[in-house]
Amino acid sequence: MSMKGLLNNYGVWMVAALIILLVPIPFGSGFALSIASQMTIAIVFALAYNMLLGQGGMLSFGHAIFFGLAGYFTIHYLNWMGQGVVSYFPVSLLPLLGGLVSMVLGVLIGLVSTRRAGTTFAMISLGFGEMVTALTLIIVSFFNGEEGIQGDRWVGPEPLGITFGSDVQVYYLAGAWCFAAAVAMYAITRTPFGRMCNAVRDNPERAQFVGYNTQRVRWLAFTLSAFFSGIAGTLHALVFEHVGFETVDIARSGFVLFMVYIGGTGTFLGPVLGAVLITWLTSILSNFTEAWYLYFGIIFVTIVMYAPGGLAGLIFMHEPIWLTDPRLLRRLLWPYALGLASVLVALVGIIGEMEMIYHLSNDITGEFVMNLYGFDISLRNTVPWVICAIIGAIGLALCRKSFPLVAQHWHQVMHEARERVLQ
Amino acid sequence: MSAVLELEHLRKNFGATEIIRGVDLTIQAGERHAIIGPNGAGKSTLYNLISGLHEVTSGKIRLRNHDITNRRPFEINRLGLSRSFQVTNIFPRMSVFENVRCGVLWSMGCKYSFWRRVNGNVEVQQRTEEILESIHLADKRHIPASLLPYADQRALEIGITIAGGADVVLLDEPTAGMSHTETARVVALIREISQHKTLVVVEHDMSVVFDLADRISVLVYGEIIASDTPDNIRGNRAVREAYLGTDFV
Ligand SMILES: Nc1ncnc2c1ncn2[C@@H]1O[C@H](COP(=O)(O)OP(=O)(O)O)[C@@H](O)[C@H]1O
Ligand SMILES: [Mg+2]
Repeated sequence: MSMKGLLNNYGVWMVAALIILLVPIPFGSGFALSIASQMTIAIVFALAYNMLLGQGGMLSFGHAIFFGLAGYFTIHYLNWMGQGVVSYFPVSLLPLLGGLVSMVLGVLIGLVSTRRAGTTFAMISLGFGEMVTALTLIIVSFFNGEEGIQGDRWVGPEPLGITFGSDVQVYYLAGAWCFAAAVAMYAITRTPFGRMCNAVRDNPERAQFVGYNTQRVRWLAFTLSAFFSGIAGTLHALVFEHVGFETVDIARSGFVLFMVYIGGTGTFLGPVLGAVLITWLTSILSNFTEAWYLYFGIIFVTIVMYAPGGLAGLIFMHEPIWLTDPRLLRRLLWPYALGLASVLVALVGIIGEMEMIYHLSNDITGEFVMNLYGFDISLRNTVPWVICAIIGAIGLALCRKSFPLVAQHWHQVMHEARERVLQ
Repeated sequence: MSAVLELEHLRKNFGATEIIRGVDLTIQAGERHAIIGPNGAGKSTLYNLISGLHEVTSGKIRLRNHDITNRRPFEINRLGLSRSFQVTNIFPRMSVFENVRCGVLWSMGCKYSFWRRVNGNVEVQQRTEEILESIHLADKRHIPASLLPYADQRALEIGITIAGGADVVLLDEPTAGMSHTETARVVALIREISQHKTLVVVEHDMSVVFDLADRISVLVYGEIIASDTPDNIRGNRAVREAYLGTDFV
């Protein structure tokens, strides 16, 4: 293959590999690197989840069980290796083992849950999610209740001095698996099974009449998704050296749905975007505010209502334009900047109000002082309340002016792109 | 000549209502067989029974030497019987090409393979191209199926149906809702694709029926009241009475 052909076909993957390789250089600190590791894990889990949701049309509320159970297995296996109970297995290949464990679970659970799609499937997934969460608290000998279990990834021989003791080494382990898993999952979308998965999602009735057993297709999708979720869960266990019930519970299942939906279910890139963005937001928001779950809820509802294609959907909405003439995009720059600025102004006001309300209702000191946007303010004073309200009102007014402008320019540019194509 | 499809004393109830009331019908290999009858006679229901969408209440369905009574749709399809739908039933979000290819995959032995690239399968690609050519949608291959005009969707419906190479093809009102020119196009298509196949077609347009069919069966209120050559059907009194007041020729 020529250089250009190589770049066309694999350019995106080369860039991805390069990013994974280079991240530790600017982000070498413990905190940043830990976030980077979490991102790679989130990407694998989100992509695995989208095999179900986006590719197969199955909405699961309990998929974290395949993530967490592989994690439990991994920690136990590390400990067993340490005790010499089981034979040595290279730590770098443990994700494969964890994936297989989840895959077996996927085969069994999928046998029951994938007979039906739609609501029935969603309800069964919720049931299994609750069941496993309950089990982690009941079977103390294996799951150790709310405390969870700990392990040490530094076991066994040290080929080339690699112990995975350091954060950088374990980051590269997670990064390498993230890359391999993403490539594999992408490749699967391009196989006969991948295509029929979409067909069963779009029209399960018709899929039967072209020779495919739709239950079998769903079951296989479920099993494969469980496998990759298990890889993600294993990486989580290796990175944190700890797993608890929070790795299997409904909150985690909901969170991956969050990531995937916000990123976009319709494209392969969507879940990756969602995973990176949400992991990053979680880590910074949870530092600055305790109400971050509330903000996630708002983001989620906004996306569901106004951009059901997610962030990737918003990006690929522009595909017809850049395929026609990328220069047309320049005309969208300033309307977009204007719209975005309006939203930001509105957000500053609204978030300010919400932070103050949150602080007011949670103030245990009785002093009612807080730091908002770097200002020390007293909640007894009406000024900050009024200022935030005014900023919010200005922002909303700007939105009302700028959104129609954005829409108008969008339609103009789309129209022009269409005209040029038809010529 | 040998029988390819045989229905024996076939009955179907929906709740208390008997929709198919003891149908006996034999379709010979290679024939073009039309099923006509008024709306609500049970023609589509008959297809749904044969193709495995609905369970039969009683009776037997035989495809060559296989008993396919109450088998599942995909099993029946794999035995070489394929059907189209009266209400267009395609994969709306996928491209025209992908739609046809979905029809091809199983017959080319792709099964549930998740390790081989589908684009790398030359036979699958070629077969898909052939079907696209024959339904005249080759230049619209990249368009999402939901965006096609109605007549093209109907052609695609047929394309998906024949893509797997089934040798018994059941078409349900392929020309319904089409203009004269579109109908002519579809009739030509049906003639072409049914060349070495057994064809059963449900059709309302009598000129199409008499143009296409070797044999005609008349279904009225869930019963076959006549099954004969076009000429004999034309002269059949019971049929004329059943169609009294309609534009039956
Ligand atoms: N799934 C079903 N449940 C209940 N009644 C049905 C069902 N399918 C068809 N019917 C009834 O069976 C009768 C025959 O319908 P159909 O086979 O579609 O007629 P045709 O195709 O000859 O116009 C109609 O009265 C219809 O209402
Ligand atoms: Mg009908």
